[in-house]
Amino acid sequence: MKVDQIVLNAILQRYFAWCLPIAVAMFLTSCSERPWNDPQLPSPDGLATYQSMIMSTPPKHLDPAISYASDESLFTMQIYEPPLTYHFLKRPYELIPGALVSLPKVAYLDSSGRVVEEDDDAVAFTRYTLRLRDDLHYQPHPAFALDASGQPEYLFETAAAGRRYRQIPDFPRMGDRPVHANDYVYAIKRLADPVIGSPMLGLMSQYIVGMKEFSKEVAALPRDPWLNLDNYTMEGLEVVDERTLTITIIGRYPQFLFWLAMPFFSPVGPEVDRFYHNPGFIDRNLTLDWWPVGSGPFLMARNDPNSEIILERNPNYRDDFFPSEGEPGDLEAGFLADAGKRIPFLDRAVYRLEKESLSQWTKFLQGYYDRSGEVHSQPAGLFDHAFQIGANGVELAPELKEHNITMSPDVQPAVYYYGFNMRDPVVGGYSEKKRKLRRALQIAFRTEDYLNIFYMGNGIVAENPIPPGIPGHLEGEPGMNPYVYDWVDGAAQRKPVEYARQLLAEAGYPNGRDEVTGKPLKIFLDVQSQAISNTLMTWMVRAFSQIGVQVEFRPADFNRTREKMLTGNTQIFSFGWLADYPDPENFLFLLYGPEGPLECDCDGVNNGNYANEEYDSLFRQMRILPQGPERDELVARMVELLRYDAVWLFAYYPTEIFLNNSWVHNNKRHGISRATLKYVRVEPEERLKMQNRWNEPITRPLYAVALILVALALPGVLAYRRRQKATARCLQE
Amino acid sequence: MLIYIIRRLFYAIPILLGVNLLTFTLFFVVNSPDDMAVSQLGAKYVTPEAIHSWKEKNGYDRPLFYNPDAAGSDALTETIFFSKSLRLFAFDFGRSESGRDITTDISTRMWPSLAVAVPSFVVGIWVNICVALLVVMFHATRLDRWIVFVFVAMMSISYLFYIIGGQYLVAKTWRLVPISGFHAQGQFWKFLILPVLVGVVAGIGAGARWYRTLFLEEANQDYVRTARAKGASEIRILFRHILPNALIPILTGIVVLIPSLFMGGLLIESFFGIPGLGSYMLDAIKSQDFAIVRSMVFIGSILYIIGLILTDISYTWADPRLRLD
Repeated sequence: MKVDQIVLNAILQRYFAWCLPIAVAMFLTSCSERPWNDPQLPSPDGLATYQSMIMSTPPKHLDPAISYASDESLFTMQIYEPPLTYHFLKRPYELIPGALVSLPKVAYLDSSGRVVEEDDDAVAFTRYTLRLRDDLHYQPHPAFALDASGQPEYLFETAAAGRRYRQIPDFPRMGDRPVHANDYVYAIKRLADPVIGSPMLGLMSQYIVGMKEFSKEVAALPRDPWLNLDNYTMEGLEVVDERTLTITIIGRYPQFLFWLAMPFFSPVGPEVDRFYHNPGFIDRNLTLDWWPVGSGPFLMARNDPNSEIILERNPNYRDDFFPSEGEPGDLEAGFLADAGKRIPFLDRAVYRLEKESLSQWTKFLQGYYDRSGEVHSQPAGLFDHAFQIGANGVELAPELKEHNITMSPDVQPAVYYYGFNMRDPVVGGYSEKKRKLRRALQIAFRTEDYLNIFYMGNGIVAENPIPPGIPGHLEGEPGMNPYVYDWVDGAAQRKPVEYARQLLAEAGYPNGRDEVTGKPLKIFLDVQSQAISNTLMTWMVRAFSQIGVQVEFRPADFNRTREKMLTGNTQIFSFGWLADYPDPENFLFLLYGPEGPLECDCDGVNNGNYANEEYDSLFRQMRILPQGPERDELVARMVELLRYDAVWLFAYYPTEIFLNNSWVHNNKRHGISRATLKYVRVEPEERLKMQNRWNEPITRPLYAVALILVALALPGVLAYRRRQKATARCLQE
Repeated sequence: MLIYIIRRLFYAIPILLGVNLLTFTLFFVVNSPDDMAVSQLGAKYVTPEAIHSWKEKNGYDRPLFYNPDAAGSDALTETIFFSKSLRLFAFDFGRSESGRDITTDISTRMWPSLAVAVPSFVVGIWVNICVALLVVMFHATRLDRWIVFVFVAMMSISYLFYIIGGQYLVAKTWRLVPISGFHAQGQFWKFLILPVLVGVVAGIGAGARWYRTLFLEEANQDYVRTARAKGASEIRILFRHILPNALIPILTGIVVLIPSLFMGGLLIESFFGIPGLGSYMLDAIKSQDFAIVRSMVFIGSILYIIGLILTDISYTWADPRLRLD
C-alpha cells in the first residue's frame, strides 16, 4: 500500500469512523411506527390527546387577576371556572351559569340599602347574589396537601428548604378540596391589590363598592412574605354561606354580568396564594402566574412556554354535559351529534410554540396539528396556501379537499377602523361642509376592494360599529349606511365616485383643491409601521387620487401612534377593538364623548375625540337599560348619529376561516369565549392512520445526493491520483 | 500568562460598563418607562394609575441617570441605570418585565442553543477546512476556478433562503425530518439534523473560501516545496504541514466564537422552533423586555471578552514561539 493511501485511510478512520455507528443508531431508533418527520412526542397509551399550537409568543400571564390577552385565555379558560360562561352553540351569544346553579339574582338598592324596583330613580346600588354549584372541586395541587396535623404540607421557612421543588409535578403529595364562596371573594380582593397589578383594578373600582378603599388600605400594608387578604374586608363583598356570595356594585351596570364570565372572577383559594408565596418559589417561576390552580375541566400538567404547554383532564371536574340545543343549522352541521354526552372528551391537550407560519402550516397539513389555529390572527400566508377563488367564491385548495379538511368560518366580535380626529382643523368638525368632506373620503375608499385585495376577502365591510352576532347589528337595507351606499336590486351599492367629487366640491375642495387658497387637499394617515406595506400605501394613494385628494402616511410604532392619539396630534388614525363581551355598549363607548383623550385627559378609547351631546346622552341611557326593544331603539339612533357625522373613514369586521382535520369534531368557533376545549373530540386512531399515510418519507433524494457527491468527488480523486503518479516532466507539460 | 489574563479581565470592566451604558441609552432613547408599561399592561383599560403602579412595582418610577431629589450618593444610586444595569455586575439578572426569573430562563434555554450551535460549529469548521484543503490541492486549475465561483454564489445567497429551502425540501417535500421543534427527551437528534445541515451548508461558501485563501498563502511557502521535494504526498502536505501553520488566523476567527455558542442563533432558532437563547433575545426585543435585553447583551459582552482571551491563549498553543506577557 502506498504512503498516501495509508495516510488517506488513517484520515478516514480518524475523521469518519464515528459516523457509521451514529448513522446506524439513528436509523434503528427511527424504525418505529411513527413517521420520520413526526415532531410530537408519542402520547401515553389510550389517552385522547389534542395536538395544537401557540403562535409566535407564549402566554405572558396565567394569573386570573392579570391575564387579559386572548392567547392567555386559551389556557386560563380551560383551567378556571368563572361564575358564568357562554353557551357553546347558540348565537347571538348567550350567557349561561358556569360555576353557578343559575344566573345571579339581581336586587336594586337605594342609598340606604333598601330594596327598590329596577326602574326606580332611587337606585344607588345593585346587588348580585351568586349561588355556587355543590359539585365544584379544585384540581389536585400541592397547595391543598395537608400533613397529619391538618396543616399545609408545603410551607417553608426558608428558600433552601423548598429548593428541590422546581415545578409543580415535583411535589410528591397533592391535595384538593371543594370550591367555597370565599374563594371568589378572595379572587376579587386580589383584583384590588395594587401589588398584583390587575388591569381590572381601574375599571372595577368604579363599580364594586369599597374596592377603591380596599385597594388603598392593602397598598400600605407590609407583606412578609404574604398578605392574607381574608383579614381585610371589602364593603361590596359578602360571603353568605359556603356556597353563596353577594357582590354589590355602585348604580346600575347590567354589563357587569358579562365580566362575571371572564377569568378575573375565577376562584382563588387563599392557601394557593399562600403556597406561591413560599420563600424562593418566585425565583423558580413557581407562581400563580405560571402554574394556575382551578376547578375547570383541565389542569396545567407542564408549562414550558419556550416549547410546549400541556393540559390534562382535571379528575375532580364537576358533572358537565354537551349542550342539547344550538342555533338553527347546528343539527344539520353535526354540532349536536354529541348532545347530552359527558364532557370533556379529551384527556390531554398539547400546545406547541410555533414562531413561523411555514412550520405551522406544514405540520397542520402533515396531520401533526389537529386544527390550523386557536386564536385570531392566523398567518396571512395560510390563505394563499389553503384557498382558491372558485365558482362559489372562496374554496378549499384541492390538496386540502383530498385531506377531508373542514372549514370553520368565524366573524370576530371586533371592529378595525380608520377614524377621523374630530378636532382636526381640516377633516374634523361638525359643520355640513366638514361632514361632506368626510363622506367624500368614505365613498372614495372602496373597503370591499381593500378587503378582497389585502385580506383575501376575509372581512366584512362595517357600516356601523357593532359587529354581527351582537345586538344592535342589522343586516340588509336597515343595516346599510345610506350616506355611502344605495340600496340597488336587493344589495348595498357604493355611491359613485362622481358623487364623492361633488361632495368634495360642496365641502370647498373642487377637484381636490382648496377653493380659497388653490392648494391641493392633502390628508395625513397615522398608521402603525408593522401594519402597513408599500403596496397598501400605493393602493390607498390611488384610491383617494380618484377624487383628487393627496395622501401622506405617517408610520410609527405602537407607542408613538398611541402618543399622537392621546395628544390629539393626528388627523386620521388606525385602531381596532376586540369585544370584551357581546353587548353594543362595548362598541358604542368607543365614541362616547367623555372617553375622548383630550376631553378626559386620560387614556380614553374615543381616539377621534368625537363629541355629540345627543349621542352621549343616549349612551348614558342605553348603558343601564336591559336588553329589549327600548334599548335597541336607542342603539339604532346612536348608530344613525355616527353615520350622519361620518366619524370613521372606513371600518370592517375581521373574519377568519379556521381549518380542521377530519378527525377533530365540534369545531364551531366561539367569538367571545375560549372555554371550548372541553367540547372538542378527536379520533386518535384515525389521526395516526392519516399521519402515516401522508408522511411516508421520500428517500430517493438521499440516494441522488449521495450520487451527486460521488460524481463531484470522483473527478477530484482521479485528478489527485493522476497528479500523484505524474512525473516532474508531466507536471511541467 | 496568569498576570496577562488578570490584566485582560480588569480591562473588561470599563468595556462592560460602556456596553451597559450604551445599551441602556439606546433602549431609553426609543422607549420610555411609560411605553414599557403600556406594552406590558396591554392596550385596554390602561389607566395612568395602572401605569404608575407598574412602574413603581418594577422600579421604573425613578429618573434614568441622576436623581435630583436624593441626597449624596443616592442621587446616583436611586436611578434606573444603577438599580437595573449596574447590578448585572453582581450577576443579578433579576426578573423579566413579565415576572419570570431571568437566571432560570437562561440556564434552561442555553442547552437547546448549545445542542444546535455546537454541532453546527464543529461540523461546519471541519467541513470547511476539508473542502478548502481539497480545493487548494487543485489550485490554479479549472476545477479550482469553478469551485471558487460556487463558493461566491453560495455566500451571496441569503441565510433565510437556506433555511426556508431546507425546510421546504427536506422536511416538507421529502418528509425526512420534522420541519421544526425540539424535545429534550426522546429522539431529540432528529430535530437537530436539519438546522445543523442548514447551518453547515450555508457556511461553506464563506468559510471554505476564507480558509482556501489562508491555505494558499501557506502552500507557496518554502517548507511546503521542501516537503513535496522529499516525496510527501499531497494529503500529508495538506493535513500535516499546511493546516498547522495556517492555524493562527483560523483560531482568530473561531475561538472567539466558542463562548458565544451559548447565545444561540437568532434566525435558526426562530425558524426551527428551537427554544434557545437566540429566540429568547428576539422575543425580548419584540416585546420591549428591557430586563432580558440588557441581561443578554451583558452576557454576550462577557462571553465575547472571554472569547478574545481564549483566542490569545490558543495562539500560544498553536505557535510555541508566542508568549503572553
